[in-house]
Amino acid sequence: MSEFILEARKIVKTFPGVKALDGVDLCLRKGEVHALVGENGAGKSTLMLTLGGIYRPDEGEILVEGEAVRFDSPHDANGKGISVVFQELSLVPTLSIAENIFANRQPVNKLNMVNWKKLHNDTRELLTLFNLEHLDPSIRVDQLSIAMQQVVEILKAISYNPSVLILDEPTSSLTEHEVEQLFANIRKLKDRGLSFIYISHHLKEIFDIADTVTVLRDGMKVCDAEVNKIDEDFLITNMVGRSIENMYGSRGDELIGDETVLEVNALSRKGSFENISFSVKEGEIVGLAGLVGAGRTELGRSIFGAEPADSGIIRLKGEIISPKTPLEAINTGIGYLTEDRKNQGLVLNFTIRDNLVSNHLRDFTSAIGFLSESEITRFAEKSRDDYRIATPHLSQKVNKLSGGNQQKVLVGTWFGVGPKLLIMDEPTRGVDVGSKSDIYRLMRELAGRGVAILMISSDLPEVLGMSDRILVMQNGRLAGEIPGNKATEENVIALAAGTIEGEVNK
Amino acid sequence: MTWLKNIVKQREFMIFMIVAVMFIFMTFASPYFLTIPNLLAVMLGLSLEAIIAVAMVHLMVSGGFDMSVGSVVAFTGASTAMMLRSGMPVPLAVLIGLIIGGAIGLFNGFIVAKVGINAFVTTLSSLSLFRGLTLIVTRGQNIAGLPKSFKLIGQAKLIGVQTPIIIAVILLIIGDVLLRRSRFFRQSYYIGGNEQAARLSGIPVDRMKILAYTLTGLFAGISGIVMTARLGAASVTAGSGMELRVITAVIIGGASLNGGEGSILGAFLGTLLMAIITNALTLLGVDVYWQTFVIGATLLLAVLIDTLSKRNR
Repeated sequence: MSEFILEARKIVKTFPGVKALDGVDLCLRKGEVHALVGENGAGKSTLMLTLGGIYRPDEGEILVEGEAVRFDSPHDANGKGISVVFQELSLVPTLSIAENIFANRQPVNKLNMVNWKKLHNDTRELLTLFNLEHLDPSIRVDQLSIAMQQVVEILKAISYNPSVLILDEPTSSLTEHEVEQLFANIRKLKDRGLSFIYISHHLKEIFDIADTVTVLRDGMKVCDAEVNKIDEDFLITNMVGRSIENMYGSRGDELIGDETVLEVNALSRKGSFENISFSVKEGEIVGLAGLVGAGRTELGRSIFGAEPADSGIIRLKGEIISPKTPLEAINTGIGYLTEDRKNQGLVLNFTIRDNLVSNHLRDFTSAIGFLSESEITRFAEKSRDDYRIATPHLSQKVNKLSGGNQQKVLVGTWFGVGPKLLIMDEPTRGVDVGSKSDIYRLMRELAGRGVAILMISSDLPEVLGMSDRILVMQNGRLAGEIPGNKATEENVIALAAGTIEGEVNK
Repeated sequence: MTWLKNIVKQREFMIFMIVAVMFIFMTFASPYFLTIPNLLAVMLGLSLEAIIAVAMVHLMVSGGFDMSVGSVVAFTGASTAMMLRSGMPVPLAVLIGLIIGGAIGLFNGFIVAKVGINAFVTTLSSLSLFRGLTLIVTRGQNIAGLPKSFKLIGQAKLIGVQTPIIIAVILLIIGDVLLRRSRFFRQSYYIGGNEQAARLSGIPVDRMKILAYTLTGLFAGISGIVMTARLGAASVTAGSGMELRVITAVIIGGASLNGGEGSILGAFLGTLLMAIITNALTLLGVDVYWQTFVIGATLLLAVLIDTLSKRNR
């Protein structure tokens, strides 16, 4: 018997263009909760999916109780006692609790007919684990709260009788009380000898529940440690700690004008964010940081009229506006560059030229309502040169372009609108370094012309490199504000993870 | 009492109550309604669609959809009739007819599951393809003069009940039990409800989808052969518009275009409701032109009630 119930050795996993895991080790002892932390894209999910049998590693080996194993499917992993609780619910909403837990493994009689009585009894037995014996196993899952669905998901994993349970961000949809319940349940299962791999962004949780922790960064293991021997600073330093190249250009404080372009006062939208107040000045780039799900995108979409706020006041250049649709917002001078360029930003099977003018066709329309093709072409050619869109032809379809060039087309469509305020949601997601620095340069130029920019970003180096001021959201609230020159990755992360509160001025 | 509550919450219960209310109302409204000949006529009228509905529910539960069943009815009917006219023995002609129906379903299923073309477009193409093929092989002529032993399939009676009704009832019962209780067929609920989850649970998603289309083709073939036997001739217009009536009944019975839900009992009740409405309008002397309108209103109402009740919980 090995000392470790599950061991990953030098795991390498490459996807086209990305080395997601680069020789990662992980050792899990029996009966421990082992946390896995790292920034977005550090490789946590890839490692989890590899251990769960969904991905096959390119190199390296996985050992269960000291014995090398090979997983070709989640079934194989289950067979070796490893179960994954997925972050994105893997339940069938139209089926009952019982049929979800025992998906495709319902007890059957000799004729292969489902034995409902046994199925429901087995389910009740599992439900008692979490003191839920009063719950009717035949209730459809879509009638349960998200938290209860999460419980069903965990029970489903437990029903395989695993020795290792992998939890991916299990608290992302839970309230504080439900989190405590979940932790109580984890401890209970731990006492029965179950081991856990616990993935979370919330550092506080790690100190609440985990025994050991492994930190990943850029697909590599940075360190591992026993939780009671370290503190949050140690984790944050290890999670971040990468060198920052100067591709962000230089900040010019003198460019920031006196006039306030956007002023938001006590803006709230139920279930998304509440009581948000801030302002953005002429020529200023304000970064909006926070964890995924903190409400940043929702806030941006509210200002843009896509999901109107419930209460609060938005002022644009001193005038109160309350856009109910994106069209209204565009007409008042607000642009919004979406984080999801493929589904919401670009019309993928349109040409570059047609995409560039898609959101301000009015500018190219004559008095009697016809489009001026020659003006559109002239505009498109100028945009191509201004934004350095690499393409042989403006009649090229956008879906044939690289991510970086697509993003530049998207940037071009919104710069072309001539906004007073431009909200940019993840402006460089999935974009190569060269295009990144082009986009940063364009953003600085736009700000130089007096446009206010609100940049939503999960890319910390980008937030630090570009922002004149940084707002940090946590759980739907504004957790704090940091002047660009005082910001460090550590204090932004600390605000975003909710470990400190308030303004950071030192 | 929870079991009672659970039953009341089921879509089937709602349709059953509507059918029951109509039944009671018609018993008083028309002296002819509650007579055995009339009820048998209602059942005979719905039996051919009910046969197809059995397979269509299963297909729609798995997230699929088939517009071509009406054309398959015509094509299997016509090809079986032509084989019989050429002197082929009845059992062999029927068997080949059924194989043709199943093969068309297999074709649809393969294109949807393996090639990845949208179910609506695929089966809409098949609708025209096989209606067209029927016209081509029959040169637009109906085919009569079929052997007596073949006609028995659609015209014989067992204690006064016509064979199409008996065949439909047997298939409905077997189908309902299998779809409700067999682990094999319940796989389709997982596929329609959450395809990704189904794959992770080790369900052979593509194979099950292809099977669901194949069964739908096969059942449309059964319906086509029974129809031909009952009429004593294959008609080139047989089954036209049937796909929409079957899908309507299945949706009234609780299935959804998103997949993951529906039952054969529900689909049967849906077909029954439509048949009783038609019967009632006839008996009450309402202009026949109203029938289609009322069916449309029923469908909209059933779906509206369902959507609104879901929104409120």
